[in-house]
Amino acid sequence: MNRFAHFLDALSYEPRRNGKLDLMTSFFASVPDPERGYALAALTGGLTFRHAKPALIRDLVMARCDPVLFALSYDYVGDLAETAALIWPAQPGANHAPALADVVETLHSTGKTRIPHLIETWLDALDANGRWALIKLVTGGLRVGVSARLAKVAVARFGNLPVADVEELWHGLSVPYTELFAWAEGRTDKPAHAARAPFRPVMLAHPIAESDFATLDPAAFRAEWKWDGIRVQAVGEGGVRRLYSRTGDDISSAFPDIIDALTFEAALDGELLIGSGGQVRPFADLQKRLNRKTVSKKILAARPAFIRVYDALVLDGEDLRALPFDARRARLQTWHDTVQPPRIDLSEQVPFAGWQALAAARAANMSTGVEGLMLKRADSAYEAGRPKGRWWKWKRDPHSIDTVLMYAQRGHGKRSSFYSDYTFGVWRGDELVPVGKAYFGFTDAELKQIDAFVRAHTTNRFGPVREVVHTGDEGLVLEVAFDGLNRSARHKSGVAMRFPRIARLRWDKRPGDADTLATLTTLLPPEDTA
Amino acid sequence: MAMIAAKLLHPTPAGLYCPPGDFYVDPVRPVARAVITHGHADHARAGHGAVLATPQTLAIMAVRYGADFTPSRQPAAYGTATTINGVTVTLVPAGHVLGSAQAVIAYAGTRIVVSGDYKRQRDPTCPPFEPVACDVFVSEATFALPVFRHPPARQEIAKLLVSLSRSPGRTHLVGAYALGKAQRIIAHLRDQGHDRPIYLHGAMEKLCALYQREGIDLGTLRPVAGACAEDLAGAIVIAPPSATRDRWSRRFADPVTAFASGWMRVRARARQAAVELPLVISDHADWDDLLATIREVAPRELWVTHGREEALVHAATQMGIAAQPLNLVGYDDEDGDSRAPEDGDSPAPPP
Repeated sequence: MNRFAHFLDALSYEPRRNGKLDLMTSFFASVPDPERGYALAALTGGLTFRHAKPALIRDLVMARCDPVLFALSYDYVGDLAETAALIWPAQPGANHAPALADVVETLHSTGKTRIPHLIETWLDALDANGRWALIKLVTGGLRVGVSARLAKVAVARFGNLPVADVEELWHGLSVPYTELFAWAEGRTDKPAHAARAPFRPVMLAHPIAESDFATLDPAAFRAEWKWDGIRVQAVGEGGVRRLYSRTGDDISSAFPDIIDALTFEAALDGELLIGSGGQVRPFADLQKRLNRKTVSKKILAARPAFIRVYDALVLDGEDLRALPFDARRARLQTWHDTVQPPRIDLSEQVPFAGWQALAAARAANMSTGVEGLMLKRADSAYEAGRPKGRWWKWKRDPHSIDTVLMYAQRGHGKRSSFYSDYTFGVWRGDELVPVGKAYFGFTDAELKQIDAFVRAHTTNRFGPVREVVHTGDEGLVLEVAFDGLNRSARHKSGVAMRFPRIARLRWDKRPGDADTLATLTTLLPPEDTA
Repeated sequence: MAMIAAKLLHPTPAGLYCPPGDFYVDPVRPVARAVITHGHADHARAGHGAVLATPQTLAIMAVRYGADFTPSRQPAAYGTATTINGVTVTLVPAGHVLGSAQAVIAYAGTRIVVSGDYKRQRDPTCPPFEPVACDVFVSEATFALPVFRHPPARQEIAKLLVSLSRSPGRTHLVGAYALGKAQRIIAHLRDQGHDRPIYLHGAMEKLCALYQREGIDLGTLRPVAGACAEDLAGAIVIAPPSATRDRWSRRFADPVTAFASGWMRVRARARQAAVELPLVISDHADWDDLLATIREVAPRELWVTHGREEALVHAATQMGIAAQPLNLVGYDDEDGDSRAPEDGDSPAPPP
């Protein structure tokens, strides 16, 4: 565990991408199986411990130290794992520190009731850094500035393998990745069995800027609506069916209705949406189906999923990725017409004469589920990553309203100890109703200004939350930008915003002149008639 | 008891005031007569009518504010009692920085110790803290949370030296407060065998020279200004924390940015400051040392000044000592540059 803790510590302070890759490759080279494999799984989110939850850590700490001091410390540090690791009273002479592999394997083979004692014993045996690593490991979410993808790049670099090969195999491999390391070290061949129905790295788009249009020839591009769902890859190969998110997470279990429909040999790229008969429902409906291990029949019936497909990576065993976009699209169209797969429709293309005409079409389309346009070069091969100049996304302009800051809470991670999470409201009559929360959009300098304002204008405290002065004459007006609005039974105001962020601080505005709920609700989509 | 103590010393907007002696301790505004515990800018300000302090603190103030920072300098060596209007003031080492002292204030059978800022870890640049039994102990609370435990400085300096040996071509830029921390780091580096020239940001030069005049051996020091790129590659450079994030630091190719501060114990703080090599070295007592000191001094009452007062008051009360916060304003947290991370002195928002 100490070796793993030092490794995480070094990663968390290394700002350079190459520096992180060097740390990972030298760790893989010097640490034997299965420990390096467990470390890799920790970095890629491949380890879960069902019975070790943050609440368990909190209980263990509370039993060991003064609750008042713990609360003050947690409020100050802003991260449970770190607070617990630092505050844990050292036990000189406690037994020796466990190895990472011991921790992982013991946790997996131990019953729920024994786990608290086990973790307590380990916390006693480790130093502050080791405790931090242990708590991060068991509660999930290391946050050491390494994405799953970067860890895969490190494995590829370690074994001198193409990154795309490592990514394609990834879902067929299992923790602690001994096969992968054996292949990387040239001791065995590529583990072929892992390659069935793999995730293929997706092609991503750049946001387009006004100035880009001058450099782009409209005739070289195809346009489609940009649908407000989640990007997925649906794969059926040799009887194996999988649904992947754009980051390669296997989300099959949340969408059995889609999996049932993948009765073909293909790998398709498209948008996962909720609706039926081609009608798209708001994103909020899709949200209710995400992150589920199982789905009830009721939810399946009430919120049916479908895929609006826009690209084909593989059709009937043939890899199409090297073909130009137009050719892939033609193949996809023919395939779709012939197979007529259920729950899969084709994303329509938007014909256009020039950029101005397309801008007008974009402005005119206010349909639910459309969040702008996609532009794809007709001759673009399907390339992993975000190749320059091939695909562009042209989002709708965001909405914006003036709101009043009502509550603030301290942030986590880089923002620990700053008041950086804001709840804001708009007027309903002479009272303010909260309509959303935002924690980004402002600069570091603005964060300091808001933080100072919150501290100087606190009117009440509820645990970690501060109520900030918000009357007609006193308070801070925040201009909030957001991408869409939906009905919500969970919020007092009855509305929920999509991607709210702070657009500007309006020190110049009186809170009384902020917007009203009535203004905001004009942006709601029409009532669902289904 | 409490009545008498509060009559001998109590907080005012200008700072802690002693009515019978008619003087202030570390006043934050100009006053007629001040007793200054140490040379940090938030405790030692210019413009007082008379200043009683250790000779080293007076020398530091003269370097910072010019020789005319007060019309009347009153040097008091450690352990020498001075009587001001019948009140006896004795300065006793606080172990914080060169010249730092606790002010022991005695009058009519009551003794109050204003400890200023203090620490218990070894510091090669100043004499160690001396506990003085008293009725009221006035303590700082900069690191008064049980998450703050400073490891031995030797261990942190070793981290710096290991990093230097692993990346021998990269300049190691160490952010350290210009008074006290910078010189202590250099002295520890010398103790641990680093004998190459150490380079200084301009803001460090005069104070380092003063330490050397006071007989503290800091080895060979050179200004960064005028040094060539080859000299700086692989060298240790000491600079104020703000400069390590400033344009000034762009002169170094691919530096390792270190920061020596008690705050570096909290990972999020280190990452906020974009620090790659956090060094947990502080000139303030950590949680364990605060509690140990209170136990050792065993006052009847504890008054808590700047920092995380709530936690220290809570812990002292648990120990059976009557404790209260003084709610003094105007003192910085360690390293001067930091915004107060807790409540109290928030600046007004911009118009």
